[in-house]
Amino acid sequence: MMISLTIDDRQIQVAGGTSLLKACLDSGIYIPHICFMEESDRSPASCRLCWVEIEGHSWPVTACTVTIDHPIAVKTDTPAVRHLQRSALQLLLSVHRVECKKCPANRQCVLQNIARFLEVGLKPGRLQRRLKEPDVDGSHPYLDHYPNRCVLCGKCIRVCRNHDNRTALTFAGRGFHTVIRSFGRFDSDTVACDSCRACVEICPVGALVIREA
Amino acid sequence: MNNGTLRQRYQKLKAEADRRRKASEEAPGAKIRIGMATCGIAAGALETKAAFEKEIAARGIQAQVQTVGCNGHCYAEPCVVIDHPDSGFPPILYPEVSPGKATMLAKLFLQGFDPRLEHILGATVENDMIPAVADFPRFHLEKRVITQKCGKIDPEDIYAYIAEGGYAALTDCLQQRPEEIIAEIKAAGLRGRGGAGYPTGNKWELARGAAGSEKFVICNADEGDPGAYMDRTLLESNPHQVIEGLIICAYSVGAAKCLIYVRSEYPLAVRIIRTALGQASDAGILGESVLGSDFAVEVEVFEGSGAFVCGEETALIRSIEGHRGMPKHRPPYPALAGLWGCPTVINNVKTLATIPPIVTNGADWFRQIGTQNSPGTAVFSVVGNVTHPGLVEIPMGTTLRSLIFDVCGGIPGKKAFKAVQIGGPSGGCLSEAFLDTPIDFDSLTKAGAMMGSGGLVIMDEENCLVDVSRYFLEFTQKESCGKCTFCRIGTHHLLEILGRLTTGDGSMEDLDLLQGLSEDIKAGSLCGLGKTAPNPVLTSLRYFAEDYRAHAQEKRCPGLTCRALMTYYIDLAKCAVGCEACVGVCPVEAIFTTSNRKKGIDQEKCVKCGECRVVCPPEYDAVEKVSPPGLAPLVERPAEPRKQN
Ligand SMILES: Cc1cc2nc3c(=O)[nH]c(=O)nc-3n(C[C@H](O)[C@H](O)[C@H](O)COP(=O)(O)O)c2cc1C
Ligand code: SF4
Repeated sequence: MMISLTIDDRQIQVAGGTSLLKACLDSGIYIPHICFMEESDRSPASCRLCWVEIEGHSWPVTACTVTIDHPIAVKTDTPAVRHLQRSALQLLLSVHRVECKKCPANRQCVLQNIARFLEVGLKPGRLQRRLKEPDVDGSHPYLDHYPNRCVLCGKCIRVCRNHDNRTALTFAGRGFHTVIRSFGRFDSDTVACDSCRACVEICPVGALVIREA
Repeated sequence: MNNGTLRQRYQKLKAEADRRRKASEEAPGAKIRIGMATCGIAAGALETKAAFEKEIAARGIQAQVQTVGCNGHCYAEPCVVIDHPDSGFPPILYPEVSPGKATMLAKLFLQGFDPRLEHILGATVENDMIPAVADFPRFHLEKRVITQKCGKIDPEDIYAYIAEGGYAALTDCLQQRPEEIIAEIKAAGLRGRGGAGYPTGNKWELARGAAGSEKFVICNADEGDPGAYMDRTLLESNPHQVIEGLIICAYSVGAAKCLIYVRSEYPLAVRIIRTALGQASDAGILGESVLGSDFAVEVEVFEGSGAFVCGEETALIRSIEGHRGMPKHRPPYPALAGLWGCPTVINNVKTLATIPPIVTNGADWFRQIGTQNSPGTAVFSVVGNVTHPGLVEIPMGTTLRSLIFDVCGGIPGKKAFKAVQIGGPSGGCLSEAFLDTPIDFDSLTKAGAMMGSGGLVIMDEENCLVDVSRYFLEFTQKESCGKCTFCRIGTHHLLEILGRLTTGDGSMEDLDLLQGLSEDIKAGSLCGLGKTAPNPVLTSLRYFAEDYRAHAQEKRCPGLTCRALMTYYIDLAKCAVGCEACVGVCPVEAIFTTSNRKKGIDQEKCVKCGECRVVCPPEYDAVEKVSPPGLAPLVERPAEPRKQN
């Protein structure tokens, strides 16, 4: 069943059951987002960027968690929406080593794109920058992980199916110290991380890179 | 289903329970009931029990030593009730019974019939000889619905519970249609005791109406708030009331499988629940045919690994499913799509324990307790600067003032009340202006605090609200699951800012930043942990603005707590010539003798542990605290006398 939505000043028709974020993106309406993946059925809603205001709700909601089942009117550009988006971006930047020139994601980086869209610099505002130690985690046989680039969107975990059809990446630690980590056995004959590269390709910020031999 | 069979099955259990109780009551000699929940054991109840047993055996006294749960008077543990009919006295409650006191009571009371009145708290029943504890404010202001049987019965004996009327409510329910039970719970207006106060009946109705043949009920006994121990005490003192509520819930929503999710840091609770489940199965109350009916139910124990966030219902489910405990966005709510995607009711321990009394006494009875929108009682574990800490159960609507000053005896040591932190890390810090706030879900939320699951910390004037907020933020930041941006990173910044305020490195701009960041974290976080983590900061910023301003502007800690901003000195006008009390306790040898044989503190060496202040004899009371440290008068250490070789 098609449902009609009002997004800002546009009318769009979407199939019932889609998420609001996907509906907008499919219609060429950009909403900042990092952790959302089209293929997975339930968005983790962890990056907290895809805020929108829906008529009748007093406070912004994340578009990835709204399932379209009736017509709604949506605003993507209100002061409250932008405030939360900028605040979330600043938080991410406050734990990010901003050295774009040295980063393989330079020019395709989601943080750069969102900052440009929100018309802010790559700066954490009034927050002090806090980085993790060590800067590189080289415990994986093929991959280097850069926790100070990582935005913990978890996409790498969700695409990795390389180990008996199970993911070999996980979140580890808690709070500020949460990181992505690999676990399990990595025998070169059973694991083909160097040829798969799914996690490296999906990483939106260049936090996972194949280690140069 | 045959209601006659059901009733017969129950009558048989009840008759057996009555027979056992009578046999125990009629057994000659005294009964000594010792509180043996974790609080009692921590205070030495095991040693007390051993001392009674040894003395009874040695003297050949006829008496039984029985173990019961916690009666809530944790400040008085180990608590012992001695019921000694031959002495002519009513049953008497003795507080703080050390092994020495136990030996003395065995000799003088059990054998000598002298109850040693100077050691009693009171009689447990009304009588003409001894004041009854029921007349004390603590007892008559309390209203016990959930904890009514706690401390009275042996938690490891199902018949003790049945003799008190236990499992009659379940028997009743099994003769009703599930819809009728749900209607009764809705009519009672019961709201979840796990913190958020969601109407329990509505939750059950949702799950009952949800599609799917397989459904689950989970008892949430994760209890991760620092300082909270209501659920543990309840499970250790009367597990069957919770299990009965759980089975009624399962029957009402159509679930065949229940789980009790309890943290593995509660070994005694886990053991007592397992024992209780075993006994319930043996009695035919669990299993293929509950009390002979065609309702089948299983209950399993799941031991959580003690992450605070795993108390959040979606994270709890994830962890049972074998994943890292990380919350998910709701909706869908677990009542519709929970464990393994099936409709799942998750209720707190206290919520479930409230079910049997409601079924037995009816919704109208329940509504008479408490307030219009928050009927029933609230259980709090009261800790902090208060004369009688412990577990209390009060009707909703009781004011904070009455709870703190009447029920719990007020602030000890002539100090003034400063703040009450209610609702744990998700709750808020309220000032004196809120003492007349009634305790109910809505009033507390309005004040910026929260009912939470029942932690209540009382603070006197020597507490610093900046430091208290820092403490709670340290907890929430450590326990944040790390999933979402605002909570993971935002609480880290909050903690850092609070940290620098407590060391005097903060500024007035920091207060602005705290406020703005807190509001964003509240609005932007995914789950309840992040949404409520800023509450201690927001409330203290609002109600204790002066504490923050003093730290930021004057580098002064009004509560004299933040070590970097305060110091100790010895008032030479009060210090006694020749007294050496403080010298030995100082761990860093910072105390020296002045030229007129009084004492001074070497500020360079002092680590501000405060030991000297504790030991300074009250008649001198010479050790003072000041903030900022620069206010301490300078006392010169006399030049070292030349060593004689
Ligand atoms: C961070 C966090 C921790 C929680 N911890 C507990 C807990 O320890 N025990 C509990 O019963 N509910 C806890 N809750 C609330 C549960 O998510 C859920 O609302 C509750 O168990 C529902 O039961 P009730 O309706 O009986 O209150 C917690 C919630 C959050 C956000
Ligand atoms: S609010 Fe905190 S605990 Fe909750 S999902 Fe986000 S990071 Fe995890």
